[in-house]
Amino acid sequence: MFMDTSQHNNSRRNFLKKTTALATLAIAGPVIAKAGEKDEQIAALFEKMPLQLEVNGKPYQLTVEPRTSLLDFLRETLKLTGTKKGCDHGQCGACTVHVDGRRINACLSLAIMNNGKKITTIEGIAKGNQLHPMQEAFIKHDGFQCGYCTPGQIMSAIACVKEGNAGSPEQIRECMSGNICRCGAYPNIVDAIMDVKKGGQVI
Amino acid sequence: MINFEYIKPNSIKAAVEAHTKEKSASFIAGGTNLVDLMKKGVESPTRLIDINGLPLKQISSDNEGIRIGALSLNSDLAEHETVKEKYPLLSMALLAGASPQLRNMATVGGNILQRTRCLYFYDATLPCNKRNPGSGCAAIGGYNRMHAIFGTSNQCIAVHPSDMCVALSALDASVTLNGAKTNRTLTLQQFLRLPGDEPELDNQLQKGELITEVSVPSNDFNKYHYIKIRDRASYAFALVSVAVAMQTNGKTIQKIQLAMGGVAHQPWRLTAVEKMLVGKQMNRENFEIAATLAMEGARGFGQNNFKIKMGKAAVLEALLKAAGI
Repeated sequence: MFMDTSQHNNSRRNFLKKTTALATLAIAGPVIAKAGEKDEQIAALFEKMPLQLEVNGKPYQLTVEPRTSLLDFLRETLKLTGTKKGCDHGQCGACTVHVDGRRINACLSLAIMNNGKKITTIEGIAKGNQLHPMQEAFIKHDGFQCGYCTPGQIMSAIACVKEGNAGSPEQIRECMSGNICRCGAYPNIVDAIMDVKKGGQVI
Repeated sequence: MINFEYIKPNSIKAAVEAHTKEKSASFIAGGTNLVDLMKKGVESPTRLIDINGLPLKQISSDNEGIRIGALSLNSDLAEHETVKEKYPLLSMALLAGASPQLRNMATVGGNILQRTRCLYFYDATLPCNKRNPGSGCAAIGGYNRMHAIFGTSNQCIAVHPSDMCVALSALDASVTLNGAKTNRTLTLQQFLRLPGDEPELDNQLQKGELITEVSVPSNDFNKYHYIKIRDRASYAFALVSVAVAMQTNGKTIQKIQLAMGGVAHQPWRLTAVEKMLVGKQMNRENFEIAATLAMEGARGFGQNNFKIKMGKAAVLEALLKAAGI
């Protein structure tokens, strides 16, 4: 069974999207907007390519423009906005996701190049209402302030423990160096990861 | 990003053919540099050839050395048992480069083929002979703190940012290239170019050619060190880096190979230092003479003058660390 992505909950994000669309119409006028839409639809017929992949255990079969990054695909097409766009150039780590179990920067990966792969995002690590041990630890140790980098930090932190690189605070700092936190929550992030490592849970 | 045609061939022959037939085609493997450049509009291929379906991921070794498939991931190579045991310098350099996420994407071939670049290369509003030949070099006389001190030309002073290539250069690595009519092997040092009058060319790759393999000859080195000095403790390009591999007998240096990173358009091999140190004793005095010699011919461009002093200190430190002094 493949997921239908056309149905979404009425969220703050959808509200914002709708109001932005209305604003565009008001500025550009309905005729131009409609003509643009038509062009987009025609172009899409030629440019989109089939993509089949699994995200957080759910299979998807969709079409995508080759130039779409995995990050934009997750956020804009699948509406999985937990994965954040920070720099969009592989410098901040906010977009960290797991592809076939390994952490990567989703902003530098083209969605089409992930055909047949299994993606895990921040939305896919909790079991129902039960948070992932790393999420629990980030809360317990106050491992964030504004929270924007946190999904990427947590995805990287899980990988850091799984890779066997969480043996000491020094080792954790090195293996978390691809995730930047401008609030400077680093000491608490290291504490959270150490805690999970010591707890020895299967993550 | 300007849209493009995307194809994913499953043979080297088909990949090479697809590249040869399209004027503005690019191979893509990890994409960590290319996708970034495409987002910035610096590169805009009309056809992108995804080579991840090609059988180029294997790593094998024998008495001759180690052969590394061009699609091996940087992270896999760094953790490979044979590499850690017999080529630890390569592992050290790989782990000093980029971030764990990027090392999980970046391939060995792609690491070599990442653009030699600077901030002006990335900024399409400013002159850059590498991006737009003949437009001038904004770095000369501009913000050039990160730039080269060796092998520069009046056209370009950018540096090749790879750590892996610095170790590969010190270890005499070679790259094998496959094209429609070519199958050739060059040393990495021959392959990566200096800017000269054609700064737009980073390397000797011809149209349609693909790096299929990187090989490192076996060696009897018993002492190694890779030092990388950068603006923060991790995840930053080198200001200066040094790779050193030594074969010693007691305190005597029998063989030594060194290369520097962050100082030139290619890894900068220190052949004069190698000649000077062979047969010498490992001690601070000899290493200080070597470090001074290493910087002979270095030229700063203002903001990067500090690299001359830093380079000397880094060579000395790398030698002392490798020697265990």
